[in-house]
Amino acid sequence: MNWQAIRSIYTFEMARFFRTLTQSFISPVISTSLYFVVFGAAIGSRIQEVDGVSYGAFIVPGLIMLTVMTQAISNASFGIYFPKFMGTIYELLSAPVNFLEIVLGYVGAAATKALFIGVVILITSAFFVDLQIMHPFAMVAFLLLTCVSFSLFGFIIGIWAQNFEQLQLIPLLVVTPLVFLGGSFYSISMLPPIWQTVTLFNPVVYLISGFRWAFFGISDVPIGLSLLAIAAFSGLCLIAVWWIFKSGWRIRK
Amino acid sequence: MAAILSVRDLIKRYDDGFEALKGVTLDIEKGEILALLGPNGAGKTTLISTICGITEGTSGSVTVGGHDIVKGYRAARSMIGLVPQEINLEPFERVLNTVRFSRGLFGKPKNEAHIEKILRQLSLWDKKDNRIMELSGGMKRRVLIAKALSHEPEVLFLDEPTAGVDVELRKDMWEIVADLKSHGTTIILTTHYIEEAEAIADRIGVIAKGELLLVEEKQALMTRMGQKQLQIDLVEPVTDLPAALGTYDLEITDEGNSVLYTYDTRRERTGITALLAALAKQGMIMRDLQTRQSSLEDIFVGLVAEDAA
Ligand SMILES: Nc1ncnc2c1ncn2[C@@H]1O[C@H](COP(=O)(O)OP(=O)(O)O)[C@@H](O)[C@H]1O
Ligand SMILES: [Mg+2]
Repeated sequence: MNWQAIRSIYTFEMARFFRTLTQSFISPVISTSLYFVVFGAAIGSRIQEVDGVSYGAFIVPGLIMLTVMTQAISNASFGIYFPKFMGTIYELLSAPVNFLEIVLGYVGAAATKALFIGVVILITSAFFVDLQIMHPFAMVAFLLLTCVSFSLFGFIIGIWAQNFEQLQLIPLLVVTPLVFLGGSFYSISMLPPIWQTVTLFNPVVYLISGFRWAFFGISDVPIGLSLLAIAAFSGLCLIAVWWIFKSGWRIRK
Repeated sequence: MAAILSVRDLIKRYDDGFEALKGVTLDIEKGEILALLGPNGAGKTTLISTICGITEGTSGSVTVGGHDIVKGYRAARSMIGLVPQEINLEPFERVLNTVRFSRGLFGKPKNEAHIEKILRQLSLWDKKDNRIMELSGGMKRRVLIAKALSHEPEVLFLDEPTAGVDVELRKDMWEIVADLKSHGTTIILTTHYIEEAEAIADRIGVIAKGELLLVEEKQALMTRMGQKQLQIDLVEPVTDLPAALGTYDLEITDEGNSVLYTYDTRRERTGITALLAALAKQGMIMRDLQTRQSSLEDIFVGLVAEDAA
């Protein structure tokens, strides 16, 4: 393993992040606060509690997940797409590194950024609502797995995309709807029965439900299923990355 | 001497079916400077890209320092520095950072002293904290060179390093190349400026339409292929050439004070002895003689034209 190279890619990518730190920091804080104002104050005044948890607190895990997923995808996809776009990928291709090392560097950095923003939101939330974390280890594990697997997914999108439109396509058409319909702001049990069934086909539901369980011990789907879902998603992304590595798909001409 | 870079029957067919390299075989010895000359689209960049791992060869093999570029890619690529033809740099990055990144990417431990040395040598040290986008084209090219040298390569590829750069940078570049050579670095550069090849190369390869037409010592190439001119200065100027000299390729120059004889060094007989005898017979007294070698340019143009015919 060329650890030096992994570290170089990682620190280079992180430097990009820290260069725009205020931006990276301020925007999630503002949007989280907005969510609290809109959902917490406006809707929360009508819905007092969900499953015994105040509505303001109830939306926190979903809010974190929502941001972490979108951030992980956009960071990772942009991180690898940008060198392709700028032509600087020649250096990665001619360096004594293998694909795994490239993945570790880029995905590691993207996951770190997503994690950082997740933590910022958690802290911001604590200013608005009383938070309890019933299963802290499970919470951390879910958060980490989500950061890593969605960064992997973003990396795949970045490799696949041939232009900026394609880069935005999947996040916009697939990820955002799934995430918004994934139960961030409501409990599945609040939906009409038919929609409850439909919702179960949305993988994001399992992640948010599991993450919420780690906070409050309540969940829409059994926690085992949630774990299975995140494991399956991570596994799928790993297989896809491995396949890209084997076939050299869209990397070398 | 053992070849540090060895290319065997390398064929590269792009996805669209176009064969950009049609079986290139080439050996490069340690410490030499090889100039690959060829018109646009000849396959120079393709050859370099394939050796460096940016594209995959269709068939054939390449070894660098004895390491196969596929099976031993780590060892092979560790030895190589590449300055690409296109200026591919991230505009928002700072010079020092991007050069450091290159060193780390190639698995070399931090060495700020080395990086400083390179940046100073390339007159980039005052610009080390500038963003790439603040630099001129020539400066950006220097950054690319600094990146390639940051990891102390033994073999350096320069893909048209002086295309579109100012005279100053070109001269600097030649100096850098000479300096690297004196430290034992092997250099392969592509160019379509013949003067560049003539100025710095030890050997010259000519490539056209994906085929390596020849690789020769620069000197040998010039002698073997070159036309030479013999200038004969006369004591008394002439206005016409006697009919007896009609079989020679002669030309009156310098207001009749000299005659210029063009001959091909490749021919068995250059005809010089006979010409001189003939001149004496005509009563033309010689004051001085000098020969002039034709430039590589003439050779190159002749070769590519010959190939096209
Ligand atoms: N990715 C590609 N796909 C198809 N053809 C290509 C590709 N890259 C280069 N070529 C073709 O291969 C030939 C050689 O190109 P190149 O190696 O860039 O030449 P040079 O560097 O000598 O100017 C050209 O005809 C070019 O059009
Ligand atoms: Mg080229």
